[in-house]
Formats: sequence, C-alpha cells, structure tokens
Amino acid sequence: MTEKKIRVLVAKPGLDGHDRGAKVVARALRDAGMEVIYTGLRQTPEMIAEAALQEDVDAVGLSILSGAHMALAPRILELLKANGQGNVKVFLGGIIPDEDVPQLKTLGITGIYGPGTSTEDIVRDVRTSVLGEPAV
Amino acid sequence: MMNLVEALLAGDRLALSRLLTQVENDTQEGRSALNELFTHTGKAHLVGVTGAPGVGKSSLVNQLALHYRKQTNKSIAIIAVDPTSPFTGGAVLGDRVRMRDLAGDAGVFIRSMASRGTLGGLAHATAAVTQVFDAAGFDIVLIETVGAGQAEVDIARLAHTTLVVEAPGMGDDIQAIKAGILEIADVLVINKADRPGLEHTERALRGMLEMAHPVKHVFQHHGKIEVVESPIGAQENTAQFWVPPIQKTIANDGTGIPELAESIDKHVRYLESSGDWNLRERSRLETELDALIQDTLTTQFRSSLPEEKYDRALVLILERKLSPWEAVKALMNGRKI
Repeated sequence: MTEKKIRVLVAKPGLDGHDRGAKVVARALRDAGMEVIYTGLRQTPEMIAEAALQEDVDAVGLSILSGAHMALAPRILELLKANGQGNVKVFLGGIIPDEDVPQLKTLGITGIYGPGTSTEDIVRDVRTSVLGEPAV
Repeated sequence: MMNLVEALLAGDRLALSRLLTQVENDTQEGRSALNELFTHTGKAHLVGVTGAPGVGKSSLVNQLALHYRKQTNKSIAIIAVDPTSPFTGGAVLGDRVRMRDLAGDAGVFIRSMASRGTLGGLAHATAAVTQVFDAAGFDIVLIETVGAGQAEVDIARLAHTTLVVEAPGMGDDIQAIKAGILEIADVLVINKADRPGLEHTERALRGMLEMAHPVKHVFQHHGKIEVVESPIGAQENTAQFWVPPIQKTIANDGTGIPELAESIDKHVRYLESSGDWNLRERSRLETELDALIQDTLTTQFRSSLPEEKYDRALVLILERKLSPWEAVKALMNGRKI
C-alpha cells in the first residue's frame, strides 16, 4: 500500500476577490507533499461542500477576508456534516476578529489563522490534525 | 468494504468518492472493490482530452460537459489529472477552477488526480478510477491528461475517443508532423480559434492529416491537369474509414462546442458500425492485463529474491563487471552471483 496522501481543498467562499493568501497556503501545503485541490474565487458554501465530497478530502482550508466568516464558516461545517463528512478538518484564514474565534472553534473549526501566520504552522497543524498525531 | 460497493451501485456519491480514494491509493479494499465492480463496467463512453499546457483543456471539458447536460440526459464524470511535484510529492490540482459552471449538478462528478510520478500524462490509477466511474453508471467519462504535450499516448490506449487540443501559435509545421500525439487524435480541436494564427495552425494540421490519410488531389503539372487518386478513395465516406475532423472552438464562450460534440458522437457511431469499438476494448483490456501481469510478476519475483543478492548484482553492474542483461539472466535462473 502506498503512503497515505493528505488531500486538502483550498477554497475562497464569499465575494472578496483577494486570493493571494489562499494561493500561498496552497503552495506551502503542496511543498509539504500534500495534494491540494484549488477551487478559485467566489465559491458558495454549497460548491465547497460538493467539491469536498467529490474529492474525498481530509481537510478544507477557507480564506475569508470579507468579514462574512460568521455566516459562511458555520454553513460550510453544516453542509459537510449533512454529506457525511463531519470528520473533515476545517481551517480558516483571513481577517477574523479575536472575539469571533471562540465561537468558531466551538462550532468545529480546527484552526484559525490571521495575517502574519507562518505557513509552517499551518502545514504542521493540518498534518497533525489529519493524521491524528499529537501537536508538538 | 462490501457495503461501500453496494452503496456506490445504489448511487451514493460519498461511497463513490471514498472508493475512488481507495482505488487511487491501491489499497487492499480498493482492489477487492475493483473485482466486485468489474462486471458492471464496459458501458461508459471514455473520452480523452489531451494537449499542451495552456491550450484550454479544462475549459473545453467544462463546456463539453455543460453541452451534454443541456442537450442530453447523459451523466458525466470528469477525471482531471495534474502533475505531482517530483521533489516534494505534493501537487496543486487546479482544474476545478475552470469547471465552476458544473457545480450543483448531480449529473456531474469531478475528480482531480495527481499524476504521482507517472509519465505519459495519466496517473498510474487512472484506468482503475475510470472503471469505478463506469461501474457507477456514468454515461460519459471525460479524462483530461496532464498538459505534457508530446508523449501522452497512454490516453489513446485508455479512451474510446481521443481529442487532441491545439491552439493557434502553439507550434510550427514541424510540431505537426512529429510522431506521437497527432497520430492518436480521433478528433483534432483548435481551441482559442479567435486568436491570430488560426489559418496557419489549421493548414499545418490539415497537411499532416493528408499525409497520414491521403485523399484525392487535383493539381496542375506542366500545364496539364493531373489527378492523384487516394488509395482508399472510394471508402472515404463509408463507415470503414475515419479521418480525424478538425473542430474549431472558443471554450471561453462556447463557440464550436455543439459541432465538437457532434464529431464525438459521429466517432462513436463509426466505432460501433466498423467494429472498431470491440477492437479498442480488446486492446485496452490487453494493455491493462499486460501491465497487471508485469506488476504482479515483478512484485512476486522481487519478494522471492534475497535483498543481498540483488544488491550484489547491482554492485557488480556498478563496477562494470556484469552487464544488466547478464545480471537479470543470473538472477532469474537462480545462479550464484
């Protein structure tokens, strides 16, 4: 059996058109040996959940800079669960105010990353959460 | 795993997706699922789409799938293969970016695959993944290769109909007569047909086709009108002979897509009426069987061979004391090295 490949969907839900951050993260995950499915801009939560299902991903990375994260992220979590993919780890990057973080974590977002996060941290978190290894 | 197969056959998309992963990773579960599913295969029309990077393969696949969904009731599976980095083993699979029009349609299923180190434009498991989609009941499987360019003949062995996509200005006449990629085309597509250089590309492709498939020529030679008959002239319009048509498309706005779909349908009818469908099925399954035999024998042989013996042979080859052929012979015959 070949070594398990981690598959990650990197998606940009909502209406903001800035995908530089998403692309940097996609590259970092690729360079860490993961298979990254990149969906492009302006995805609806339904489109993201559908892509996650078709690609059978282990994790979903969301990049939201528009401030709509409190609407978009819970909806995506809900759709993933409805599709039987409640085990998929969801990460969130972008402009997320500190006061929203606890609620998002309670809802099931695995990691939240603001500007200035090093990609190494993101790669490590994705890997440990997917493979179930304890974080170092 | 049995219930994943049953769920797939009942139309469960999550089961389909999970089985695709098992098959792609070549797990024990994946293999036994393939055994279960094999009797359900052989119904789908497999269409390969290949061509150099940037000619618009993904956009074309998107438009073709849209066309089929609007005009027919056929369900469409799309396998989009992108390259794996040889250094890190990672990959960014970006073909979905151009296929967003297909979102929300339950009759379409898109799966991205990384090539995982295989050359030849397809991933090692692409044929197996195709079988899973076939068994799941998809009418058409569109297989988009890595945009490598000239050596992707693997797709012709896998697909019933192969589209080779070119774009104006992508190559000169020499590119067009190079062996390989153009010979595998059942339909030639010039995408981005609104770009300058269209006539030149079309002329080059037509010239190449005429060399491969001679047709009747009328020309003037020393003032006299001469006619050169094609050796297969009389049969051209019958089902016995297929000359790849050249279709011009603009995938961004859908121009030429209905005509391209018509060419693909014609090719299916030709395959069926000429008996080529069965021939292609036969040679496809033969290729697969051969590959499996090779894999199995290699694995068997290597596991029966002590590692030290193999290493000793390798050292002797390295020191130029033994040629690789002699080494193979010695290893296979169990002779002492």
